[in-house]
Amino acid sequence: MSTANPVITSSPSRTGVWVGIAAITMSFAAFTSAMVVRQGAAPDWLHFRLPPLLYLNTVILLASSATLERCRRRAASGAGPAAAIPWLAASITLGLLFVVGQALAWRDLAAQGLYLATGPSSAFFYLLTAVHAIHLLGGVVALIYVWFRLVRTEANNVPSALGATVLYWHFVGVLWLYLLLILAIRL
Amino acid sequence: MGKLFAVLLTIITAVSMYIFLSRTWWLPHDISVLGHGIDHQLMETLVESGILFVAAQLVLAAFVWRFGGDGDGRAIKTFPGGAIPMVVIATLLVGGEVLALTLVGTKVWSSIYQAPPDPNALRIDVLAEQFAFYFRYSGADGRFGTIHPELIDEGNGNIYGLDPANDTTARDDIVSASLVVPVNHPILLSMHAKDVGHAFYVPALRIQQDFVPGLLIPLQFTATQPAKEEIVCTQLCGLGHYNMRGYLEVMPQEEFDQWLADQASN
Amino acid sequence: MADSASPSPVHRDTTEKLAQLKHLPPEGFLRTHVFSLDHKVIGKQYLDMALVAVIVGMVLSWLMRFHLGFPETPVPGLGTIAPSSGAGGVMTPELYLSLMTMHGTIMVFFVLTTAPFAGFGNFFLPIQVGAEDMAFPRFNMMSFWVTFVGFLVLLAAFLVPEGAPISGWTAYAPLSAVGKDAGPGLGLGQTLWAVSIALFCVGQLLGSLNFITTTLDLRTKGMSLARMPFSTWAWFITSIIGLIAFSVLLPACVLLFLDRVGGTSFFIPAGLVISDRLQPHSGGSPLLWQHLFWFFGHPEVYIAILPGFGIVSHVLPAFARKPVLGPRLLIGCMAAIGFLSYTVWGHHMFLSGMNPFSATLFSVPTLVITIPATIVVLLWIGTLYGARLRFTTAALFCIGFISVFVSGGISGFFLAQPSIDTYLHGTYFVVGHFHFVMGVAAMFGIFAGTYFWFPKMYGRMMNETLGKWHFVLTFIGVYCIFMPMHYLGLAGNVRRYSAFTDEYMKGSLPLHRFITYAALVTGAVQILFFINLFWSRFRGAVAPENPWEATTLEWSTSSPPPFDNFGTWHPVVYRGPDEYGVEGPSGDFRMQAVPDRGGKGAPA
Ligand code: HEM
Ligand SMILES: [Cu+2]
Ligand SMILES: [Cu+2]
Repeated sequence: MSTANPVITSSPSRTGVWVGIAAITMSFAAFTSAMVVRQGAAPDWLHFRLPPLLYLNTVILLASSATLERCRRRAASGAGPAAAIPWLAASITLGLLFVVGQALAWRDLAAQGLYLATGPSSAFFYLLTAVHAIHLLGGVVALIYVWFRLVRTEANNVPSALGATVLYWHFVGVLWLYLLLILAIRL
Repeated sequence: MGKLFAVLLTIITAVSMYIFLSRTWWLPHDISVLGHGIDHQLMETLVESGILFVAAQLVLAAFVWRFGGDGDGRAIKTFPGGAIPMVVIATLLVGGEVLALTLVGTKVWSSIYQAPPDPNALRIDVLAEQFAFYFRYSGADGRFGTIHPELIDEGNGNIYGLDPANDTTARDDIVSASLVVPVNHPILLSMHAKDVGHAFYVPALRIQQDFVPGLLIPLQFTATQPAKEEIVCTQLCGLGHYNMRGYLEVMPQEEFDQWLADQASN
Repeated sequence: MADSASPSPVHRDTTEKLAQLKHLPPEGFLRTHVFSLDHKVIGKQYLDMALVAVIVGMVLSWLMRFHLGFPETPVPGLGTIAPSSGAGGVMTPELYLSLMTMHGTIMVFFVLTTAPFAGFGNFFLPIQVGAEDMAFPRFNMMSFWVTFVGFLVLLAAFLVPEGAPISGWTAYAPLSAVGKDAGPGLGLGQTLWAVSIALFCVGQLLGSLNFITTTLDLRTKGMSLARMPFSTWAWFITSIIGLIAFSVLLPACVLLFLDRVGGTSFFIPAGLVISDRLQPHSGGSPLLWQHLFWFFGHPEVYIAILPGFGIVSHVLPAFARKPVLGPRLLIGCMAAIGFLSYTVWGHHMFLSGMNPFSATLFSVPTLVITIPATIVVLLWIGTLYGARLRFTTAALFCIGFISVFVSGGISGFFLAQPSIDTYLHGTYFVVGHFHFVMGVAAMFGIFAGTYFWFPKMYGRMMNETLGKWHFVLTFIGVYCIFMPMHYLGLAGNVRRYSAFTDEYMKGSLPLHRFITYAALVTGAVQILFFINLFWSRFRGAVAPENPWEATTLEWSTSSPPPFDNFGTWHPVVYRGPDEYGVEGPSGDFRMQAVPDRGGKGAPA
């Protein structure tokens, strides 16, 4: 190998996550504007109360962000992967718990007779929560990948994927707060 | 090779322009009050863009002719003055043209689509369906019966889904398969679709308008001479789209009144 | 953005990153040729897929053209391929419409987006910035395979019982949303269409992610943004446009899919009676689909054409032997076009029943966008002034590109004005316009790219004589096909009609027949290209490293490049991409990666 190596001035995985965030934001902007247009298009918008479980789910998701942040700090502090992994495991568990909670919220809604095809408001509810959950599950897959990286790297080496995944995970949390807000306002 | 290309491009440009100018394929005659404005706008644009087209292609041909080959050891040259002056001039020209076209065009456009409805206009309710147009006149009472989609029954001739049994305004509504209008009288169409998107296009009137399911869309025109024209659908609406036709018949006022009376008595 | 010319800041995790970046040669057949992570293989896969797609799309257009020219004559063999809708060889209207829909969809998505952007972009963007690969090779591989599955799903629509969709490449709701009541092809075929396009969006989003990140983060030493080749700039701008556009089309396809199979009513209003059945939907908005679609659709046109801009700006100077006139202006204009493309989508909807005032609002940016487009054309023409033009096939296709882009752009002047669009909308004028400006221009960009880069990609030269015949005949052919469509449009000849047999449009039949002859001949001419492609791949003269005496990084490595692009050498960039017509060490040019004194590979 020759002397001059490509110069790395910033982390591609971080940039990649930012670009991905831009794309996802755009998609949800499209969904949101569809929602606004659809609500204005006809007087058939059904208002209903959000399942209270959603608020508990929100707390769980925020908690997962906190544990993941903890994991990142641990790993960066040089304590070695062993110290970070429990926090990572906690975040993954909380993330999955959130998805389970969302599924229960769906059941709650279905029990009230509100299905995907019942009306535009319930359709958007199922749609937005489902699309969000898919993005969250993508994050879970990334966290599992990071886990493998952590196990395999030697001490004092932080995989750049960790920082990027944490960023993505926080974004998915913020995205959920946004969705909760517009769902609460609109439904 | 360069000279061959230059000649070829010149010929293509000349032939293209010649066919435009010879008007072998040209707009149909114009039977609308607003057609004149549209044609004028179109001609203006044709002239200006024709000049741009010829100029650009010929300059391209000339440069390719002139600067082909690198065997003669001649030095390269930059465009006189560089990029900026050329670009500034071109931008001013194109920008000016764009501005002029927009200003004039906006007036023409708003005279068709943004003019307030003429209070004397004859109102006609147009229904588009796969693959036909229907035209409804309000009859003596001047009011249209309400449409009930669930009552639509083509087999029994209830194309619009009217309820004459309970709805007095619907009883005298006249439904026709062709659009019959009096000459020189403003017409206000109220357009809606029964199933999917369609469009209303009469080249001789120079207007076109989509039908959008769920919307009621107004469209105004005034025909200036008696004529019989085809109405064609220009929004893809399914397998019979190519065959979706109606007729526009423009007739003198007396004839029109007679026609309406005949329809009412049927 | 950090300036990559500055010395490398020391990262805590640099060693790890380098380990990640260090490329190992692929092992095994699958990793080498099928599920390859190598951007060059992926680029070729995209190009091969586009080649298959363009052949399918072209054959579909022949069938359409044949029917339009000879509405009552049986097409040889059609009765066997499509026993019901093509019984006896004469196609039914629904068969025509399904061919048209598939032609448009295949051409726009699977040819014009994949070949110039995903295909060439994948192969050359990393090399041109001096990287070993894309930033995320796994995503890159997924990008291709997801797109490929999307293509298969689309083709599968031909095989379902009711046939391929008939709602056009624009798939306007409610026709596309209500299901099979609305007609043949609108059942499973249309659902497959929505799935295919959604997959396509996912594939291209993954691609755009890679393009953007690679351009921002993996440029080699000395490759500042200002030194990037125009083609890299064009792919970079295109990927930003694509990132936004496909992020919007994807949700739109999801909504369409749910309307079709989930019983929702996003696009379907109340009270529709189709095939005598009151549809079980209410409250949706057909215009919502149009807005979402065209918010994507107009930028898509630029996704198709901007890589062509990049290719022309990259290739032309190499054969004009002088730099492009106004390089910064050129890049600025491409960026301006990209930005403006998001403000004009409503010009497809002047007559859609949206507020007429917004027509004026959309018309202004549409006319404004002609200004940067005009500047770009002028800069190219100005570049030719005083040149020492070498007429290679690639150069000819660049010059041809300028000509057809001008022709198509000028008819855009008409359609951008609502008051004229009210007459020309929905006629063949539009078909002529978009085929010139998007279809033919982008195809010429692809041809130019192919003739230019083929030696680098396959290590062999293409045959120039065949290439020149291909160019001249194609150039004449496309004018014969698409210029007359403008005349038809002026005469009020409407589009998306399967036949013009009755009195209304009978007068247009001779011209339609002429177009058909021209299309069949021009199509046949493409066989020259295919022959050239295959013959040269195996039998062409062996290509040297830099056959065109060009300057950018791809010409500083072997033809074809090794799996890690530059082998053990790490290129360092010393100058901009456009140093032609100067005194250089080996001719009238100076290469980006060769220092003023000293040979290749000498580090700074
Ligand atoms: C081989 C040369 C080509 C020929 C002869 C051809 C011919 C046609 C014809 C006859 C139509 C149907 C017009 C109508 O009925 O409204 C059509 C539509 C279309 N073509 Fe082509 N075409 C060619 C190449 C291309 C290319 C390269 C593109 C890429 C942009 C393209 C994109 C389209 C699109 C988007 C439509 C509209 C489909 C629709 O209305 O949904 N075509 N073409
Ligand atoms: Cu139609
Ligand atoms: Cu557009």
